Amino acid sequence: MTRTVRRTRRIVQVTGVSAAALLALSACASSDDSSSAGSDSSASASGKPSGTVTVFAAASLKESFTTLGKQFEKANPGTKVTFSFGGSDSLAASITGGAPADVFAAASPKTMKIVTDAGGAAGSPATFVRNQLEIATLPGNPDKVDSLKDLTDSKLKVVLCAKEVPCGAAAQKALDAGKLKLTPVSYEQDVKAALTKVELKEADAAVVYQTDVKAAGGKVEGVNFPESADAVNDYPIAQLKDSKNAAAAKAFIELVRSAEGQKVLTSAGFLKP
Amino acid sequence: MTDLDKTDLDRTAHGTAADGATAGAAAAGEGLDARLVVERGDFRLDVSLAVAPGEVVALLGPNGAGKTTALRALAGLVPLTGGRLRLDGTDLDRTPPESRPVGVVFQDYLLFPHLTALDNVAFGPRCHGATKAEARTQAARWLDRMGLAAHAGAKPRRLSGGQAQRVAVARALATHPRLLLLDEPLAALDARTRLEVRAQLRRHLAEFEAVAVLVTHDPLDAMVLADRLVVIEDGQVVQEGTPGHIARHPRTDYIAHLIGLNLYRGQAEGHTVRLDGGPAITTTEDLTGPVFVTFPPTAVTLYRERPSGTSARNLWHCEVAGLETHGDQIRADLTGELPLAAGLTTVAAAELGLHPGAEVWAAVKAAQTHAYPA
Amino acid sequence: MTSLDKPDAAADTLTGGPRRRRSHPPGRTGSGGFRGAPLPLLLPALVGLAFLIVPLIALLVRTPWSDLPAQLTSAAVWQALRLSLLCATAATAVSLVIGVPLAWLLARVEFPGRGLVRALVTLPLVLPPVVGGVALLSALGRNGVVGKWLDAWFGITLPFTTAGVVVAEAFVAMPFLVISVEGTLRAADPRFEEAATTLGASRFTAFRRVTLPLIAPGIAAGAVLAWARALGEFGATITFAGNFPGRTQTMPLAVYLALQSDPEAAIALSLVLLAVSIAVLAGLRDRWMTAS
Repeated sequence: MTRTVRRTRRIVQVTGVSAAALLALSACASSDDSSSAGSDSSASASGKPSGTVTVFAAASLKESFTTLGKQFEKANPGTKVTFSFGGSDSLAASITGGAPADVFAAASPKTMKIVTDAGGAAGSPATFVRNQLEIATLPGNPDKVDSLKDLTDSKLKVVLCAKEVPCGAAAQKALDAGKLKLTPVSYEQDVKAALTKVELKEADAAVVYQTDVKAAGGKVEGVNFPESADAVNDYPIAQLKDSKNAAAAKAFIELVRSAEGQKVLTSAGFLKP
Repeated sequence: MTDLDKTDLDRTAHGTAADGATAGAAAAGEGLDARLVVERGDFRLDVSLAVAPGEVVALLGPNGAGKTTALRALAGLVPLTGGRLRLDGTDLDRTPPESRPVGVVFQDYLLFPHLTALDNVAFGPRCHGATKAEARTQAARWLDRMGLAAHAGAKPRRLSGGQAQRVAVARALATHPRLLLLDEPLAALDARTRLEVRAQLRRHLAEFEAVAVLVTHDPLDAMVLADRLVVIEDGQVVQEGTPGHIARHPRTDYIAHLIGLNLYRGQAEGHTVRLDGGPAITTTEDLTGPVFVTFPPTAVTLYRERPSGTSARNLWHCEVAGLETHGDQIRADLTGELPLAAGLTTVAAAELGLHPGAEVWAAVKAAQTHAYPA
Repeated sequence: MTSLDKPDAAADTLTGGPRRRRSHPPGRTGSGGFRGAPLPLLLPALVGLAFLIVPLIALLVRTPWSDLPAQLTSAAVWQALRLSLLCATAATAVSLVIGVPLAWLLARVEFPGRGLVRALVTLPLVLPPVVGGVALLSALGRNGVVGKWLDAWFGITLPFTTAGVVVAEAFVAMPFLVISVEGTLRAADPRFEEAATTLGASRFTAFRRVTLPLIAPGIAAGAVLAWARALGEFGATITFAGNFPGRTQTMPLAVYLALQSDPEAAIALSLVLLAVSIAVLAGLRDRWMTAS
């Protein structure tokens, strides 16, 4: 893949995002859509959702879930969605530690497993999106990074996520798949920290999620690499056992998994499960 | 001032009186020639000082008069806002303190607490370029001269007040200053130590060949230690001269009070001095024009009834405002025709039945007054 | 008990103290316990004590003692600990070299805007350390206001280096030192410096030979505070220097990342850090802190 092609594709992607956002907005405005979403949830839940629903979600979901939260509130008058975004691991730890939450959306099955192992989930979690890795480089890709192998150049300052967090584990998986050995300058504590290092031009490149590259706008440039296919991250979502608002929790999960929800998520760069 | 001090003072005053007039003015180019002007807020210090080498001058004055400021200005710790400062013909007023040939003995000595007596004294020579060994040898010599050889290794907190004072003097002298400044050098000592240390200090000052200026509010210290007194009040020099001269011719209430005299100002016409807005005093001196009149409290005789047979022409009707013991005497503060202080024995006070508010007649013989031109 | 009583109390314990202690009238505040301490003070005091102690005890309770030997013999732990001690000590040294003169400036030199400067100096105390890290990146990063020139002229880049860890820790820890030393300087009699200058010492010599020894206890206390703060530094370090084992991964970073995947390892690491801190602080307390 040449740089020109990639740039063009990026522009297309960006246009796609705005188009999708517009679509999402119009979807919100359309009473048909919202009523159908509402009837969907009321049909499957024990009653019409109301009250507050608290969602713990992986940091990478921040933009799309915030949009979905607004949609949900509009479709179900009288409801309120509050979010707590953070590293999936710390969120899982808070949930098992007794934090009051209704829904947990994690960035990896492993972190979800912490909650299910502790018996914190009601029912089995479902994968609602997948995220793929991408290389984030400085704008204009001055170091001409074209592949994962290019990152092993010792002159480049590369940051990875720490192996303990999902994006780091995924990056390691991709490196293993390409039989590459990469020594970064730093193992960052989460994906946003890794991205920030590139945004601030302190690092030349980082291995992050496509969604993060997209959310960063023009501050970084994304480079796809084939090994990322071997390290696709599944995002599971589950209703929590201790939920105080089961109806609303269920309805929210349904919205996330619905066609409307998937539209918002894919426009943010997520892949369909 | 204790009574002991006062007797001492009188003796000194009379002893040095024979030395004659002001020994002041420094020979051309030698010694200290300064006019210290320091302005700070409302306070203005303006003091002229001329001191010859070998001479000891005491700046005497009440608290807040500016004597310490003058001393600090001489040391360079306070910048002059005006005037001049010449020492042995060299202008020092722009010289930083560390480059002035000045040694200072501070009021509470300010011995460096982390250094031994020896290292305190060696500090100056070290700063003046001596090697560590040289500086210590010099310091040991100084301590020896001060009779402190046995305490060379002691930290300041283990020295007595008198010893610390001597270390401070040794430390100041060890840099061979051309100007030695002493700020209340005896104030931190108790009465017993003070007597002894004062005598020693006097000896060291007598041996000191350069200019010495000391600041004190204690007239006895000033008179014992100094060849000449400069009295400062409100930042101004109000009087200067030998201790004997000042003791006999006080010109301000502050000095009069310090040396224990009643002082009045008036117009003399022959043997009568008419006080400003008060009664007249008869004196033995025959003078004309503005004069001061003094008499000691002990020259006052008190009566409960107007005395009939007395020959004293100086007789005033007064009221006792206050009584206080003053050594083995009673000091009575009187108000009335002439405010004055009277000294009388405890027995006399008891016989007279004095109490605040009591009306008395005060008589002073003309022979015991002393008048001199203002 | 006031500090003045202390020598007596110490002597007591040496020479049959309990007998004398019994002779104190009952109800008197002092060595006999909490008798006489008013309840409205005693209760919150005990709550405060528990508040500080209980989490530490909980850490001990949760410690996987059986796994501990295995955890502690891992090379990664010692690498992180060694780096932590090295960087905290270096950061303290940096703080001393530039912090003590700064404290002197604040305490002894009148200059316009001194109050403002003092406020700025203490700012890192209230700043979230992560913000401090971002600020350091903006200043000393490869692309930072100053860092740009460091890179261009000397080829020095601080982020992702051990030196970067020292810089981040010094940034966060130095205010503790400056405040402590400034306080000691203010309490110290400036006339000792004057006495030194009248003896021919330049202001610098006076500072070095007189002031510095006089305020040594304050400097030591400040250095211990700064060292302890540097040892526990997390936010500014991970933001500015990143996280790489052996180079920039100090103990707190190792603890944090271990917590993501292996909470028991995190507890074991915390325990090591805790033990080292207590050992060092206790050792220094006896030697230095009591001198003040």
